[in-house]
Amino acid sequence: MLAETAAAVRGRPPLGPEPLEPVPHRVVGCRKETDDVTTLSLESLSGATPTFAPGQFNMLTAYGVGEAAISVSSSRREAGALRHTVRDVGPVSAALCRARLGDVVGVRGPFGKSWGVGEADLATGDVVVVAGGIGLAPLRGAIDELVHRPDADGGRVFVLTGARDPSQLIFGDDLEAWGRAGAVVAVTVDTAPRGWTGHVGLVTSLLGGIDCDPGTTTALICGPEIMMRFTAKALVDRGIDPRRIKLSMERNMQCGLGWCGHCQLGPYLLCRDGPVLPYGGDVARLMTERER
Amino acid sequence: MTAEVDAFVASHPLFAGLPAGVTSEIAACCRTVAYGPDELLLVEGQPADTLFLVQRGRVAIEIHGADRGTLVVETVETGGAVGWSWLFPPYRWNFDARALGPVGAVAADATCLRAKMDADDEFGRLLVTRVAGVLLERLQATRLRLLDLYGADRAG
Repeated sequence: MLAETAAAVRGRPPLGPEPLEPVPHRVVGCRKETDDVTTLSLESLSGATPTFAPGQFNMLTAYGVGEAAISVSSSRREAGALRHTVRDVGPVSAALCRARLGDVVGVRGPFGKSWGVGEADLATGDVVVVAGGIGLAPLRGAIDELVHRPDADGGRVFVLTGARDPSQLIFGDDLEAWGRAGAVVAVTVDTAPRGWTGHVGLVTSLLGGIDCDPGTTTALICGPEIMMRFTAKALVDRGIDPRRIKLSMERNMQCGLGWCGHCQLGPYLLCRDGPVLPYGGDVARLMTERER
Repeated sequence: MTAEVDAFVASHPLFAGLPAGVTSEIAACCRTVAYGPDELLLVEGQPADTLFLVQRGRVAIEIHGADRGTLVVETVETGGAVGWSWLFPPYRWNFDARALGPVGAVAADATCLRAKMDADDEFGRLLVTRVAGVLLERLQATRLRLLDLYGADRAG
């Protein structure tokens, strides 16, 4: 009843009969990406796979421990299980990273606004994707669709990703596959041991090496907020319209439905109005505002 | 100096937009150089005598510590520049710079550049302003990397 009322107030249909109730999913795949990052593949015990759009997130429950917001890292071009890439940063994520094949975890969602892949502004033109660390996870599905756009009208896809060091890079196979599919892929790390022949430096330093057309470019950015801020500023300096720069913002997502207010950022409830927001407008200002 | 070096210096991001007379003066101090994979362009502690403008390839700025081995702290690629210690006493390199593959560069003789800066204040101002712009960019990037942005925050 509460769900129906709240949804009616917002003019949106309810997500399901019980949007606060996790749906049990079985772990059908575990892939260790780095020493503290694991990708879980999940299948609903009921057999139904929820539809999602790249950039949305689910609330994953480690039964007996708690619930955490985790972005969907699947591509809609992949059949089968729903993927989530989890970094062990606290009790819930640690429990999720410890999950074994056959374990059951809860899934609520998907929630929030997506990157908008498939919509008009990303159908053609250049797309610059910038990811920092595990920020590549919420972008994975978007990139996979973008590099396979059916009629991009000459638009190119640039994928720039950074990590602390080479051992922390995720989705190496995907980066290679996107490169083979025609994307310009560049990787950088903050520091590297001798023997690393790739780029070393801040992820923004990769922007100088790409020749995107600022007039047609849309940018998708996900990573630590300070990294996103400096990347967005560098893209604006390149002449890219701030309204065409999209960021995935993160706060303390809890209900996923815009009810509890824990994820408020200025006028936005990020679980509902985000996580993807345009840098233009008031987000640029909100990113520099001190929270009280 | 060749016309090619003159043209390269004038178009290099570090000097692009400077008056032609200034870039010609810089180019007059330059020669082309090439390094094979793993060759050192500069060595920590040695006299800082050159500014390298990278034409092609990738150069690693490295530091070695007995407890941590050799670490690459930054790479510089086509269009970038390597070597700033020639501008400040005691004119000694603070890092090693190693070619990560075949590297082509235009090398400016630091003694020549410093002499021209001493002789012509306006030339010196323009050169230092350009160098300071790159140093500011690097300083800001270094500050951000010091934050260890990709380190784990405690959360759920």
